Amino acid sequence: MTKLNINGKLVEIDVDDSTPLLWVLREQLGLTGTKYSCGIGLCGACTVHIDGDAVRSCLIPVAALEATQEITTIEGLSADGDHPVQQAWQKLDVPQCGYCQPGMIMSAAALLNNNPDPSDADIDANVTNICRCGTFNRVRRGIHLAAANPGKSSKLARHVSSTERGESE
Amino acid sequence: MKKQRVNISRRDFLIGSATAGAGFSLGLYLPPGSGVALAADESSAAIPDVDAEVGAEVSAWVVIHDDDTVIIRIARSEMGQGTLTGLAQLVTEELECDWSKVETEYPTPGQNLARDRIWGSFSTGGSQGIRGSHLYVRKGGAVAREMLIEAAAESWDVPKEECSVSASVITHNPTGRTTSYGKVAAAAAEMIPPIEVELKDPKDWKIIGKPVKRLDTADKLTGKQVFGADLQLPGMLNASIKACPVFGGKLASFDAAKVRKMAGVHAVVAVEDNAVAVVADTWWQAKTALDALPVTWDRGENAGVSSASIAQMLDEGLTAKEAFVGNTAGDAKTGLKNAVKKVEATYGYPYQNHATMEPMNATALWNEDRCEVWCPTQNGEAALQATAKAAGLPANKCEVYKVHLGGGFGRRGAFHDFVTQAVAIAKQMPGTPVKLLWTREEDMQHGHYHPITRAKMVGGLDDKGDLQGLHMRISGQSILAAVNPAWMQNGVDMFTFQGLLPDGDHAISYTVPNLLVEHAMRNPPIPPGFWRGVNVNQNAIYMECFIDELAHAAGKDPLEFRRKLMADHPKSLAVLDAVADKAGWSKPAATGVFRGLAVCKAFASYVAACAEVSVDNSGKLKVHRIVAATDPGHAVNPQQIEAQVEGSFVFGLSALLYGGIRIKDGSVEQQNFDSYPSMLISEMPEVEVIVMPSGGFWGGIGEPTIAVAAPAVLNAIFAATGKRIREFPISNIDLRSA
Repeated sequence: MTKLNINGKLVEIDVDDSTPLLWVLREQLGLTGTKYSCGIGLCGACTVHIDGDAVRSCLIPVAALEATQEITTIEGLSADGDHPVQQAWQKLDVPQCGYCQPGMIMSAAALLNNNPDPSDADIDANVTNICRCGTFNRVRRGIHLAAANPGKSSKLARHVSSTERGESE
Repeated sequence: MKKQRVNISRRDFLIGSATAGAGFSLGLYLPPGSGVALAADESSAAIPDVDAEVGAEVSAWVVIHDDDTVIIRIARSEMGQGTLTGLAQLVTEELECDWSKVETEYPTPGQNLARDRIWGSFSTGGSQGIRGSHLYVRKGGAVAREMLIEAAAESWDVPKEECSVSASVITHNPTGRTTSYGKVAAAAAEMIPPIEVELKDPKDWKIIGKPVKRLDTADKLTGKQVFGADLQLPGMLNASIKACPVFGGKLASFDAAKVRKMAGVHAVVAVEDNAVAVVADTWWQAKTALDALPVTWDRGENAGVSSASIAQMLDEGLTAKEAFVGNTAGDAKTGLKNAVKKVEATYGYPYQNHATMEPMNATALWNEDRCEVWCPTQNGEAALQATAKAAGLPANKCEVYKVHLGGGFGRRGAFHDFVTQAVAIAKQMPGTPVKLLWTREEDMQHGHYHPITRAKMVGGLDDKGDLQGLHMRISGQSILAAVNPAWMQNGVDMFTFQGLLPDGDHAISYTVPNLLVEHAMRNPPIPPGFWRGVNVNQNAIYMECFIDELAHAAGKDPLEFRRKLMADHPKSLAVLDAVADKAGWSKPAATGVFRGLAVCKAFASYVAACAEVSVDNSGKLKVHRIVAATDPGHAVNPQQIEAQVEGSFVFGLSALLYGGIRIKDGSVEQQNFDSYPSMLISEMPEVEVIVMPSGGFWGGIGEPTIAVAAPAVLNAIFAATGKRIREFPISNIDLRSA
């Protein structure tokens, strides 16, 4: 049994140790917002947060994770889809097909966690997700817009999730 | 509250969606002669058992609920290009309904079959979504509006001419009485649809032409949007597949016993004659077992094919005696013979993979008497046909549920190999739904690739430096010969000449006094397919870069050289002038920055681009800015056009910079995004989009701009470095100044 802290909930999973976090999220936990696309850590469609940092979940075997690490997926980024990045994305109509967008949003949110007002160069260095539809310019504008309208932080979202956990336990 | 509704099976299998609920169907419209029109459509011949009778049953583009919610049915597939929102705008315009209460849903291919193809074609390709169906969907909205007004007038016992309508509210003008669409929908559904309706004059449009927000964004921001790869059905198993890496090769044998006892494994099955799949509780288990499965392949007769052998085949075609003619004017031979200056160049464009972010997938449930498939598809009817064939059942015993696409780009339209495979697996496990998901590696190696071609260009200038003759010999692969020979004309694939034709949706942008454009068809055994932009991708590179070569040979400004050939192409000239003007062509760019131009007509739209690039001493390219202009005739949603234009540069430039599928030992060398990279945000130029609809026609949006992306940048690279790049991708090329 592996214990993981996902979106503020402690979950126990019976799975082979070598299974990547991506597939545990998708197949054991039904959190299919995190996407498979390349499986080798290049495209970023599987991006989640671990303790607030963006990581590519397709490369992390569950054996490498501790229950003390807070894992956040797109489903747990905000309580109502109202994270500043999600709001900016809605305002600018960023997604096209949308498949890469959960990863794109998680990368953008992690960047803003660590750097509330990123420059274009910061965006270039930190958002390395592939988007074949080509939403990049709206992604860039969305990050700047979210930086200008920080609103509720993702920390609040985590707090909401923790409260839910308290109720359910 | 706007959201896209997803069709679901009666079994309530699909998670995260709800049925449309009770509503009233309105708005049959089938244009006179549509039976003929539909029969000529690509898919109709393919669907068996279609009742040829047209218009017997009242069908629906529009469903209205008693709370005034309007559900607009969308036959084409949304895959990011915004067609769902654009088509809903078209219906809404004529229906005069409240846009804030509009939702959309997909009818299923099975319903379309059962109802004599009342929604027309489901095919979503060729930038056809709006330009191919604007007339009948607008009429569908107008017919419904008339029936709603008639129902209200009847209930008030007043002449219908005394009523007006706006935002789902019907008003009896003399008395001021009002009612809403929801209240009269049931009665309206009983009305006989008018045979003829008048469509609005474009000057009266209220929502067509407005930059409204997409209807399908919210769920894409929270992870709620269910893509094909995300589908979950009760009792579902997961499959991972490997097909023979050599095209045309076969499965020889596999040792199932070696993996049968691995965790979660249910079955190891042969799939058709060329693939093997592992079926397990989870996909990760299936993939892990498949990786461990000993497999031997019968590599077949193509095992010796390589990029070098293909190049040889194409080179032969460049000078071969026989070739199909796509466009001719005057006498190119004499024109060239009389030229004062002759310029020659040979270009080549490699295979490209679609590389949709979501790898190919389909979920199938097979029983003796029924087969159902859930899949992302650009053509639900073709998916149904593939399902029926693989299931061994008539189409009316099958159904396909369209699930959201994580990208299409042409890969999921003409080809449903993933559906065929999913059904072939499910057939070996009756009663159990099986989701087949390809790995990225499988997706890279088993595509239907952008075809490979080469082109030899010969141009002749007269003593004034004007273009007198142009001979273009294309050698290479035909898409239609492999995909749809029925569309060929006497053995000629006219699609090969996209962007070079004498007239029509893909007309050449220039008048050349002596012109010959030919195609020597050479078809290597690598499966080709429609790839976003199709044949303008390479044809516009060949033509626009060579025109630039000619301009420089003539010592003329590339803009002026083009303009002189464009007097009879005013719309093309207008977009070219627009980008040159906005980019500041007449003034020098910033120090170290150089410009390049390109223009093309594709998918009935006129597009042009001016790129600004710099190349540093180490040969590193930076694309700073691109100004792009599009004249699509009518612009339904300008902000979505901007998004498509920006995205087209990513698709076109990713191919130019990094794309290129190479063949070794009959197989694709590239495996994943490490060897087939795609552009990142750090490489994305600023894009300024000029949307300049001139009215009077309906042009495509999703593809045309790709045509000008690469040549504009290539011409700017020449301006910066003096280097003409004629083989791609350019990541293979040293860009340091010549």
